[in-house]
Parts: sequence; C-alpha cells; structure tokens
Amino acid sequence: MTDSQQILIKGARVIDPADGTDEVGDVLVRDGVIAAKGRAVSAPDGALVVNGTGQVLAPGFIDLHAHLREPGREDRETVATGAAAAARGGFTTVCCMPNTEPAIDSAMMVEFIAAKAREAGPVRMLAIGAVTRGRAGKELAEMEEMASAGAVAFSDDGSPVATGHLMQMALTYASELGLPVIDHCEDHSITRGLGVHEGWVASRLGLEGYPSAGEESTMARDIALAELTGGHFHAAHVSTAGGVELVRQAKARGIRVTAEATPHHLTMSEEWVLGVHGAVAPANALELSAYDTMAKVSPPLRTPADRAALIDALRDGTIDCIATDHAPHTFADKTVPFDEAMVGISVLETALGSLMGLVHAGSLSLPTLVHRLTVAPAMVFGGALAALGSLAVGAPADIVLFDPDEEWAVDPAAFASKGRNTPLAGDRLKGRVTLTVAQGIIAFDAAGLTHGTSA
Amino acid sequence: MTSQAPAEPIALPATTLAPRRHVLDLDDFSRTEIDIVLDTALAMREVLDRDIKKVPSLRGKVILTLFLEPSTRTRVSFEQAGKMLSADVINIAGSGSSAEKGESLLNTTLTLQAMHADLIVVRHPQAGAPYFMARHLSRTGIINAGDGRHAHPTQALLDLMTMRRHLGSLDGKKVVIVGDLLHSRVARSNVFGLAAMGARVVISGPPTLIPLDLSRTSHSQGSLGGAAYEPDLDAAMDDADVVMALRLQTERQTAGMLPSVREYTRRWQVTEARMGRAKPSALVMHPGPVNEGIELSSSLAHGVASVIEEQVTNGVAIRMAILYQLLTGGELQTA
Repeated sequence: MTDSQQILIKGARVIDPADGTDEVGDVLVRDGVIAAKGRAVSAPDGALVVNGTGQVLAPGFIDLHAHLREPGREDRETVATGAAAAARGGFTTVCCMPNTEPAIDSAMMVEFIAAKAREAGPVRMLAIGAVTRGRAGKELAEMEEMASAGAVAFSDDGSPVATGHLMQMALTYASELGLPVIDHCEDHSITRGLGVHEGWVASRLGLEGYPSAGEESTMARDIALAELTGGHFHAAHVSTAGGVELVRQAKARGIRVTAEATPHHLTMSEEWVLGVHGAVAPANALELSAYDTMAKVSPPLRTPADRAALIDALRDGTIDCIATDHAPHTFADKTVPFDEAMVGISVLETALGSLMGLVHAGSLSLPTLVHRLTVAPAMVFGGALAALGSLAVGAPADIVLFDPDEEWAVDPAAFASKGRNTPLAGDRLKGRVTLTVAQGIIAFDAAGLTHGTSA
Repeated sequence: MTSQAPAEPIALPATTLAPRRHVLDLDDFSRTEIDIVLDTALAMREVLDRDIKKVPSLRGKVILTLFLEPSTRTRVSFEQAGKMLSADVINIAGSGSSAEKGESLLNTTLTLQAMHADLIVVRHPQAGAPYFMARHLSRTGIINAGDGRHAHPTQALLDLMTMRRHLGSLDGKKVVIVGDLLHSRVARSNVFGLAAMGARVVISGPPTLIPLDLSRTSHSQGSLGGAAYEPDLDAAMDDADVVMALRLQTERQTAGMLPSVREYTRRWQVTEARMGRAKPSALVMHPGPVNEGIELSSSLAHGVASVIEEQVTNGVAIRMAILYQLLTGGELQTA
C-alpha cells in the first residue's frame, strides 16, 4: 500500500448522490483521486483490480460527530483505534468532538489531533473546537485560531452551550469564520435523569427520565439565536418528533439551521433499555437483561413515534444527515448499575448494518441513505469538507465498497474500536463494509479482496 | 437430624416456587406463586408464635444481607427470618456508590458468590441493581430488598398477606394507594402483586409525585399495572377495601415538588372523615415509618382499622417463607 496505488473496482453498483449516479460501473483510483468513473474502465498496468459485482460502491462516509477520547481517556479510544473503527465502518472522514481531557479548545490541541490523525492512517480525522475554554461554559475559546489550525466546527458537545448569551456570541463569531456551532441541546434543569426517556419505560423501571422537552427547549433557544445572529446552528443528535418540527419550521423560515440524527435513534427506541429488542408491553415482567446500560445514551432512545418521525425527517431532508455520536466506553464504564453507567454507544462499526435495516425494511432508499452519509454531511459543514462526499473525477479518492445483503452477527470483541459498548451484541445485521479507501489508500479490506489481484 | 431444636414440623403447602432462584419483583409472580408464598408464610407465622422460635430448616445455609442504603426494619426482618430458620445470616453494610466503596458492585457480587453464599439479600439506592447482580451470578440467588424507586417485592408480599388475612380473596377488592407514587418502590411492587391477585388499584396523590405516564395517559397504557389515577382523594376513597398511605419524604417540598407539607396534609392525609367514604371494614395500611399527622392522622394510625403493626409481623413471616422457598425449593422437610 503506497500513495501511488492504483485501484480499479469493477462491476459495482456505483451510487454517487453528488451527481445522481446510480448504475453498475467501474471506478479507478490513482494518485489519491478518482481517476475515472464509468463503464468498462480498463485497468492500467499494475493496478489492483477488485471485483465489485453485487456490491455497492459509494463515496466514503462522513461522520460529523464522534468521540475519540484522546487525549485523556486513551483506555476508551484513541485517534488511531477510532480511525481503524471508522475504516471498518466505511467512514473516510470523522469529525472529533472536543470533550477530551484536556478539551480541544486551542490551536495547539487542534494540531495535536491532526498529528495523531496523520500517524493513524489515511482516514481524515478532523477536530471540532470547543466553544468555550475548557468547555467550562464561561468564556469563548480562541475560535479563529482553532479554525486556522483546521477546526471544522465548534461545539461544547457532551454539554450544551451553557447560556443563551454564550450561544449568541458563539454563533455571531463563528458566522464570521464561516463555520457552524453544533449544540448538544439539553436543559439540565429539566433533564436530571440521564439515559432513559421520560415515558412508560422509565416509570416501569423506576428511573428518572429525560423528557423530550429537556432537549427541545434548548433547541428552540438555539434556533431563535440563529435567527437573531444569522449564524449557523447545527443541532446534534436530534431525537424527538418535537425537535424535528422545530427544525422543519426554522428551515421554512429561512433560518440557518441544520440537523443530524444518529443510527441508534433511527433504529432503536426506549424499550431497548428493558433489554428487549422486540415488542414489549408495560405489563410484561422485566427480564434479567433489563436496565441495559448498553442502551444508555444521551439523548436517550425515544418512543417508536419519535423514531418514525426521525426517519420521515431524514427522508425529506429536514434532518440533513446521519452522524454516529460514536461514544466508546470501557467495560468498567458500563458494567455497573444503570444510574452509574456512562452514556454512549460505540457506533462506527455497526452504523451501516443498522441503517441498512431501514433500507431493507423499505423505510429509506439506498441512494437516500448514501446521500445522508456522504454529500449531505459534507454540505452541512462546508469548508474543508465541501470537496468531499463525491465520486467526481478529480475528487479525493474516498470510497466505500459494501455488500448490502451480507448478514453478520455483531461481535463487539472483534471491534477495532476500544469501545465494545453496543446494545447490538449478538444481533444480526444485514449490510457490511468490504473495502474502504481513504485518500486513495486502502484503509480497510475485509476479505483480502485486494491481495494478489493485480492485472 | 439431631434433636437440638425441639421443632415440630411446619405445616407447609405442598406446592413450591421451584425452580425460581431470584425474587426481584412481583411482576413475574403468578397468582398461584403468590398464594404459595402466602400459604408458606402462614405456616411460618405459627413458628413466630412459638416459645422457641427456631426450626432447623435452613441449617447450613449462608444468607448475606448487603444493605447499601440505610435501613433497619427490612434488614432486621430478614435477619430474624433467616435466624429463625437456622440459617447463618451475615450482614454487610456500606454505601451504594462504587466510587465511595472503592469496589465495583460487580466485584462485590462475584466475591460474595465465590464465598459460596446461598442467597444475597440486597438493598441498593439504584433501581435495577439487583437485576445487575442477578445477571452476573451463576449459582447464588438474589432477593431484592428494595432498589431505588423501583421495587420492594417482600414488602408487597407482606402487604398482600395482611390484606388476605383480613379480607379473604382479593378478587375485585378496591385498594387505594395514596401519596408519593413517583418515588415509591413499595407501591410499584404492590400494583403488580395486587393485579395478579385480581384487586383493583386506585392511586391518589399530588400530580407532581405521580409518574407522568400514569397521570397523562389512559391507565391501560401506563407502566403501573392496571392502576387508575384519581387526584381527588375523597373520590378515590369511595367503597375502598384497603387504604394504603405511603411515606412522604418532606424533602420533596424543598425540592420544589410540593407547595407545602401543610397543603399536602390537607389534600392527601388519610383521615377519619375520609375513611367514612371507604367500606366500614376497610383496612388502614402503611409501609412505615409513619409521619403521623402527615400521611395519616395519629388516631387512625393507632386505631382499630390500622394493621400497621401486623404488617411488621407478617413481614418476618413472609421473609421466612421466601428464604425457605428459595433455599429448599419448598421441599417438605421435617425437623
């Protein structure tokens, strides 16, 4: 594997939502860019030739929201293990949230992530800078310096931007830099409970719930401030039907609002905290698997109606894109009683398989899914990401090849991520990445497809 | 068997709870199983009334009580129950937070099992902790002695036993539970037990202390069995067979969940006047300890309708029954 590697993938279903392509064809990668795309592309001398028959070839996925824990909690994840997990999940670009220890709140910290990313390999790992110093919610961080060092957006994620005033200032300042402010919308005065939706499951389990209102009230604040400032507010991990409506109305009024949803909020609902992945009624006895800390996530898994609203919003574009909120945790973080457990799911390696469930169920078309994982997130952030998410000739060679029909059982022990925390352990998913090429370099090759197949 | 304990055989029901290993809540108890426990407990009450309150049934069994939240009543009740059945009962106390203890609940659990404990009786401030422990145990059984605001099945069983002794079958009986449902593990377990026994449950109390899904949606979709919510206690009391008042933690007022204790008392205290709307034979119950003059008037707490002290006695009998059933599989053993 070298920078000058030539790879020809032949006979795949090529889906490039950036230009509407959806046809069987070939793609040639050379010198780190897409060199040719079309039917019957001939193999240059020395090219690796991959048979893509029956597989989907798409732009590499772009994740606007992941937690990589480095520096500070390298026992949970590092930039390198996160990059490996991303490659296995078909992601070629990952934006790292700044809630590390210390926080990514300075140009130096942005450069630290960039240096770690270069060591990690070809997957692009881009830093999101903190809105406030130390994510402490008191004073603005040096946003321009972080932007100049390569920060692609700003967020205090893990926490909301602490006050309306700070959010107003951040949106105003970031707007001049041309970057979005991402907010984790949560009113802590409403959400004393964490990790389970305020509904019948929380009540049944005797857990303090996190009401939808706790998310929506801060989202409403941020939308109003985006309107006031003209800044770009990006809503992280929207989980409620009410939040979808807020975004829909804001967009209709021309406010600069974008939004993401996670694979888990799109595919799971509150009952998963009961440790049951099928239909369950309040009168059912709890299983021993109840209080499943693996399904503890913030915002919490909501109701089936919320999930349906998210899927509709993803389909119609109200929710712009999918982001993983990949949140790796250790065994000890999760193997405790529910209230003590950390929030978050390790998502990068199961995202495609989970989301393909929506395609197989007929809830979403495959081109729409690919769009929401590629060109859509690229457009949401723009800037350094604007050139990504497409298979246009000359574009950076970020490619994923996946088998839409391969069934596999989730085995967290086999994850590249240090985070084995997923409620999907043992579940069967349909749809799996076979090859990931980032910046023209093979980042993941599931089946050894590229070995010994030179033309 | 030696003849150290001059115990007569206990008159036990012929059916058993086997192969049950844990008692985590009443939601997975059938009516038949509850009847088995209550019948066993009746036999145990007879032991309680003896001069020599000891039978050898659980000799050689080790019961650990792990109380990670302050409790005297329930712990002593379990300890007494175990000792009367000749089990070795070892009490462990501590804080519920692994951070404070320096040891995770997982490691504590595995350690206690490795010591070959037969049963662990656990009280934990966090809902679901007994489920967590049970998931990680391959041999040792768990009895939930109260987990957060979730469940307290032995308390509910002793309540059912007390009701059955006075009312006979609970089929169609109306049970009113009054007070802070939101934080009440006693009420949560009772609604499932009462539903299994065919009773009708009406819940009353401040709307701020009622789970949202019960106060906002039709009760058939709620999380608390088939219970209905009636905020007006006077209306709720009509023709009640049982009125169970729950303890009000007065810190709910300072937490902004109640306007004042005075207003609570005016609207939701169980009083003689309100008992006038219930059936003449209606029972007054309370899981204790009672804030007299808040949840209940003192005269009612100590009046003829009150079965509060009997609840305590039945609690020992119920815990003997549960320990016995889990540790012997209910096999009839004569001393």
